[in-house]
Formats: sequence, C-alpha cells, structure tokens
Amino acid sequence: MNAARFLAMGGYAAYVWPAFGLACAVLLWNAWAARRAHARARAEAQRRLAGLEADA
Amino acid sequence: MTPRHRRMVGVAAILAGVGAAALLARLAFEENLLYFFSPSQIAAGEAPVERKFRVGGLVTPGSVQRDPGSLTVRFVVTDNRHSIPVRYSGVLPDLFKEGKGVVANGRLDGQGGFVAEEVLAKHDENYMPPEVADSMHPPQPGGGGG
Amino acid sequence: MDRTWLHKLASPPHFYRIAGRLAPWLGWPALALILIGLYGGLVLAPADHQQGEGFRILYVHAPSAWLSMLVYATLALASGIGLIWRIKLAHAVALAAAPIGAWFTFVALATGSLWGKPMWGTWWVWDARLTAELILLFLYLGFLALHGAIDDTGRADRAAAVLALVGVINLPVIHYSVYWWNTLHQGATITKLGKPSITFDMLWPLLVMLTGFTLCFAALLTRRVQAEILRRERDAAWLRAELAR
Repeated sequence: MNAARFLAMGGYAAYVWPAFGLACAVLLWNAWAARRAHARARAEAQRRLAGLEADA
Repeated sequence: MTPRHRRMVGVAAILAGVGAAALLARLAFEENLLYFFSPSQIAAGEAPVERKFRVGGLVTPGSVQRDPGSLTVRFVVTDNRHSIPVRYSGVLPDLFKEGKGVVANGRLDGQGGFVAEEVLAKHDENYMPPEVADSMHPPQPGGGGG
Repeated sequence: MDRTWLHKLASPPHFYRIAGRLAPWLGWPALALILIGLYGGLVLAPADHQQGEGFRILYVHAPSAWLSMLVYATLALASGIGLIWRIKLAHAVALAAAPIGAWFTFVALATGSLWGKPMWGTWWVWDARLTAELILLFLYLGFLALHGAIDDTGRADRAAAVLALVGVINLPVIHYSVYWWNTLHQGATITKLGKPSITFDMLWPLLVMLTGFTLCFAALLTRRVQAEILRRERDAAWLRAELAR
C-alpha cells in the first residue's frame, strides 16, 4: 500500500499533514484576501466616483 | 464605536503588545539568558543549586539504562570534558539517542547527579538521507559523539 | 545620478499600473514553484537519517520563517523611506506588507510547534529563537493596531513607521539567537558559509519553496499595495481615468 505508507509519513502524519495543511491554507487565504482587498477598494472607488458625478 | 473609543482600543492594544513583548524578553533573556547549562558549567559551580535549571549536552554512548518495569531512565550527559548522571521518569522524545544532543530540565540531587522532570532532544542543522549518514559516520562501537 | 525613474515609480498612478501588470507574472510562477516544491519535499526528497519523514515540515517551516523576516525587513525599509523622504507610497507598501508578514510569522510558529512536539518533545520552549519570533508576531500586530488607532492617515503612517523601525532590532536577534545563546533550536542549515549541511536531493525542494514563497509575497504585496493606493488616492484625478478603463 504505497498511498497508505505515504499518508502515514513514517508515523509523523499527525504533525506533517497539519503543518502542510496550515501552510497551504494560509497561502490560499492570503491570495484570496489580497484579491478581495483590491476588488473591494476598486468597487468602493467606483461607487464614490459615481456619487461625485451624480452630485455634479 | 466612536473614533475616541477606537483610539483607546488601539492604545490598549499597543500597551498590551509592548508589555507582553517586554515580559517575554525578560523571561527569555534575563532568567533564561542561557537556555541550558553545560556539564562543565555545572562542574564549575555556575548552575543554581536550589532552583530548577536545564542541563544540555550529548548523551554518553552506552550510558542509557532503563529500570525494568518502570519508565525510569538513567543516562549520562557530557560535553566531552565533564559529565553528569541524569535520572528521569517519563516518555523520551523520538530523537533521544546515545551520542545525540539532549536538554534536561530539573534540579541537582545534592549527590553529584541531576533529577530531570522533562527531557527534550536537541537536534543539529544537518539533514541527510540515512545512506549518506552511514557513509559519513560508519556505525562502530565506541566511536564517540560528533 | 538620474533618479527620475525613482520618482516615477513612487508616483501612485505609475506604481498602480506597473503593479497591476506585474502581479500575474509574480503570482503564477509562485504557484508553480510552490506546487513543485510541495511535490519535491513530500515525495521526492528522501527521509532524514535522524528525523525520518518528520523532517519534511522543514519545507513549509523554513520558507515561512524566511518570509516572516523578509517581510519585516521590507516593512521597515519602506517605513524608513516614508519617514525620511516623505514618500506616501512607501507608507502604503509598509501597511500592505504588515498583514502578510503577520500571517507567515504565525505559520512559522505553528509549524515549528508541530515540528518541536515529536522531535524535541515539546510544543513550545522559551528559548531565545522562539521567543524572538513570537515578539516579531507582536510587532506586526502592534504595527497594525497602532495604524488602525489613528484616524489621520499621515499621522498613522508616521507613528506606525517609528514602531516598525524600533522593531528592526529584533531581526538580528532572531537570526543570531541560535549562536549568541544556548538555544534548543538548531543553527542555520543553508545560510551558513562553507559546505551546506543538507544533501542536494533534500536541498533543491527547499530552495524551490523559498523562491516560491518569496515570489508569492511579491505578488500578494503588489495586490495589497494596489488596494491601498485606491483607498488613499480616491479623490485623485488619475483614478477617474484609471477606473473608466
């Protein structure tokens, strides 16, 4: 059982997989958060511009 | 939250952060400036007699004895100049091996020995596959640490 | 010396456009390198002679710890530039870097804890290296808290920048802690001069991961700086043209 052996990580599965899982989760979250921050700032700026033009 | 409240929260957060950092710095750099003492430092009388402290060094090859029927282990910690016998009851970390680094937390027993409440393994910064390690240090009895 | 390029780069509209063009060229290679590094570290690299498969945590721990310091150096450098030359964009870069640095410091501490438990026998010790890294996390959080507590952006920028510069002292402490004091943490593996302390089949995935994480930081930073520029320049004329595109 190659896959089972790989997943067992020589008995260190309980430490290796959470470490890699956490690192990947934080990387993905950061990528998503950075995109969201940019998209939100852009939408906010556009709303503000539209408001200014409506006032004018 | 009013802006004033936000400022108060911010200042509190900074004070808490700076306070915690100062506390940690004190813990780490004053009391535990040396995280552990070497057997030579203990032999020179530098280690505290009354207080708990840590002793660090290599486990002398061939010195590990396990009491049958209990978790008690006896081994000798050395820095290749002085050594000190250590007694410990508990689970040892995976990297605990003869000839390898170890840090034990406990106190002197007054008879030249050390009673440990906690034993941690200290590993080195070298990473290599077992084959390479074997070719560099052929396993031989009485080879001594390195 | 011709420094017009520097002034041009420091102008928000110019930087905003460059960052927008650059981000995919940083982000996608970062993703590719991290995937290669994960495969290399988890599958191709052999197990260690002492730590067995457990040593593989190195491949996420070391890059995170490296970023935790690189990001702080970036943050402090940007803060210093902002304070000395009064370049607003530099303060935006510092503020954008802070949350990224805090996250990777957290990952370095957490993966180190997951590594320490089976190998050392403890989740945490108050040794100099670990304590200094924890203080780094507090510096990032303090920077963000201080910036958030002051309403006026300019004043917030300057106050947080001073804190960032004070905290720079922590960087050499982290790096040299393992040599200055008897610590449980081992010395550096690949930054020390002379022969590397790791064989090549274990080293290359680590180098790939380090490069991937570094590119990832650059990509995250460009996007966050873009967002910060939009927030700060909301009344600027160039933004109208930019958003119309």
